Amino acid sequence: MSQLVTDISMLWAKYRMVYLTGIANTLILATSATLIGCIIGFLCGILQTIPINSKDSIIKRVFLRLIRIIIRAYVEIFRGTPMILQAVFIFYGMPYFFNISFDNIWTVSIIVVSVNTGAYMAESVRGGIMSIDKGQFEGAKAIGMNHWQTMLYIVLPQTLRNIMPQIGNNYIINVKDTSVMFIIGFSDFFAIHKMVSGAVFKYFPSAFIEMAGYLCLTLLASFLLRRLEKKMAGKSSYELASADQLVMTAGTYKYPEEDGSPFEEKNKD
Amino acid sequence: MSEHILEIRHLSKAFGTNAVLKDIDFTVDKGDVTTIIGASGSGKSTLLRCINLLETPTTGDILFHGQDISKGRLNSSAYRAKVGMVFQNFNLFNNLTVLANCIIGQQKVLKIKADEARKRALYYLNKVGMAPYINARPDQISGGQKQRVAIARALAMEPEVLLFDEPTSALDPEMVGEVLEVMKALATKDNMTMLVVTHEMSFARDVSTHVVYMADGVIEEEGDPARIFTNPENQKTREFLKRILNE
Repeated sequence: MSQLVTDISMLWAKYRMVYLTGIANTLILATSATLIGCIIGFLCGILQTIPINSKDSIIKRVFLRLIRIIIRAYVEIFRGTPMILQAVFIFYGMPYFFNISFDNIWTVSIIVVSVNTGAYMAESVRGGIMSIDKGQFEGAKAIGMNHWQTMLYIVLPQTLRNIMPQIGNNYIINVKDTSVMFIIGFSDFFAIHKMVSGAVFKYFPSAFIEMAGYLCLTLLASFLLRRLEKKMAGKSSYELASADQLVMTAGTYKYPEEDGSPFEEKNKD
Repeated sequence: MSEHILEIRHLSKAFGTNAVLKDIDFTVDKGDVTTIIGASGSGKSTLLRCINLLETPTTGDILFHGQDISKGRLNSSAYRAKVGMVFQNFNLFNNLTVLANCIIGQQKVLKIKADEARKRALYYLNKVGMAPYINARPDQISGGQKQRVAIARALAMEPEVLLFDEPTSALDPEMVGEVLEVMKALATKDNMTMLVVTHEMSFARDVSTHVVYMADGVIEEEGDPARIFTNPENQKTREFLKRILNE
């Protein structure tokens, strides 16, 4: 037992900076890929839920169906294969098809994790949009909003709030699962373990540091996500606006300024 | 000479083989307060939803100021902005405060500047007695209050005609009065053109200028409320009124 403590403190003293760099890399990759993945997911979710009317032109209908098929295929492929293989596939496969090779590991890693997260998010967003009450769409339509305005100002803000737990879930999964990126040489937190333990043969002490490190990261992440969720839910109470406030801010009772009431104004003509 | 705002011509609507509206014909003139009454399932709400293009009519025309809207010449969003709608279930935007609910349409659809839109929103919220609640979210206010905000939201678009789809049906009995008061004020003081689907016979009789009785997707009888309520010509109307007024 005391041996373990000694080993851990030795490792930490010697490789602290390396571990911390690994943690930083993991966090940067997980955070940026989750954000990009969310954007991909939202785009896919919106595109998939554009209503197809029998009144639309045939070209528009075919186009919308095609989009749905492509998104479906994307989701199934990236959800249905291991991320570790996707990384290998893209990193080593691209040079065969295109005249490019990735010299930047960061680029590949962010692409792979983002695209993977996006596939999961696409389904969450689709479900989130479908769960919004039909009345919200009708209310927006009835005041003259088009599909994009309805989505942007009414439906998506509510969807985002509803799927926040799932975004958090994905983020925590990403913090852990970015560890598979060691396969293409990305030096995340787990890759550091391989490196350090390979150099000094202290497998268990290093794994102990890793375990504690990952747990701290995910606990911190879920704490922050809870806070964010609470904040998004808004205040639980509201303040009544006093008469003063209303008069001062807007001259409420005078609109429109010339005539007493817009209705009277309309009836004149 | 009154001016036709809406003319409904031979409008029919079928869901599959189920014909809900059959050859509906009627006109809404400026300043009219028309109530549509009839039993549940008679097609009243569908008619209203067709007028606002929330449902696409199977056949027939809707003319807005003499212009056919179902042919798609007039942009349907622009048309909807001129025809306000108040729903049975309010349909307030849950992600926005009371004030923002009344502002968003003005800003995004009518492209009105923020401070002007705020002024207008406050003016109409004050009209329905909801100005003190501008900071509340829809889930924090009562049903009657929600419906009054929904009316203010529709009014803030300054529509030419306001459609009400059973505005008091989802409310607790003690909240029906406050909403009817607001509607009554709109009808009598402001001469708003209104088309109201309702089960509130007192509103139909005392406030409206024109009553339409519908049964099984057909307009059975229409006319002056005083005459319809005292001396209906149609047998079906008579039975319906007898049934509902004795409840």
